[in-house]
Amino acid sequence: MRATVHVFLKPGVLDVQGKAIEGALHGLGFPGASDVRVGKTITFDLAGDDPAKAETEVKSMCERLLANTVIEGYRVEIG
Amino acid sequence: MKAAVIVFPGSNCDRDCKTAIERTTGAEVSMVWHGDTSLPDGLDLIVLPGGFSYGDYLRCGAMAAQSPVMRAIKAEAGRGTGVLGVCNGFQILCEAGLLPGALLRNAGLKYVCTAVALDVVNSQTRFTAAYRDRRDVSMTVGNGEGNYFADETTLDRLEGEGQVVFRYRDNPNGSARDIAGIVNDRGNVLGMMPHPDRAFEEELGSSDGALLFQSVLASA
Repeated sequence: MRATVHVFLKPGVLDVQGKAIEGALHGLGFPGASDVRVGKTITFDLAGDDPAKAETEVKSMCERLLANTVIEGYRVEIG
Repeated sequence: MKAAVIVFPGSNCDRDCKTAIERTTGAEVSMVWHGDTSLPDGLDLIVLPGGFSYGDYLRCGAMAAQSPVMRAIKAEAGRGTGVLGVCNGFQILCEAGLLPGALLRNAGLKYVCTAVALDVVNSQTRFTAAYRDRRDVSMTVGNGEGNYFADETTLDRLEGEGQVVFRYRDNPNGSARDIAGIVNDRGNVLGMMPHPDRAFEEELGSSDGALLFQSVLASA
């Protein structure tokens, strides 16, 4: 199975990179872009064939290492 | 006094910390590799130095917080031993859950390397007792992710309990409530972005950091 984890700063935590990118997009003539957020995607193979078990395992990975839940939220996809 | 400085791959202030502690306190300082699982006996101070441990991979301090030596450090912190994290060390302490909050990218997006004027907000800790009535001190910062963040409830608690130890007079990185350094609720773990290890002799532009190490010496 392939696990994909998306990590983003929580809403309300200032995303300074997103803000800078938003400014640059406006400068390029895309005034409609707003609330730009920058995150990261972490993807890896996972042993086993039970998607529900895999999701629980990956969520534990997120809580313990992949995300800092003080500032970040995460979303897990198993496919 | 006995102290240990932890060396992570990518630490770059480890020897500065050793020199600063030796010159200001005469302490015996051991260098401990991050892969070690035990610490020397009878330590009065454990220092997590500045730098870019593990190349700041994933998040600043995230990988270092999982190092084998951190288990021993958590145990020592639990026993009340003094733990100081400077800059990257502060980030590691937050990632390891030894201090609340997290350090975000600087509000101005730039790496900031400058002298900062600090308020010693709490001189009742083992790290700051020697400052006594000296509120205004000078050190330097050098960081790209020194923007302290915690939720409002945590910030209120930190302020209410006297856990905010240092505050910027002119906030260089957007830190919440101008926070430059905090202690845990027990007062034995201090994390700070400014470098006392770069301000321990007048030749360095300031000797104000020496008082921090001398405070620990006096409490040892």
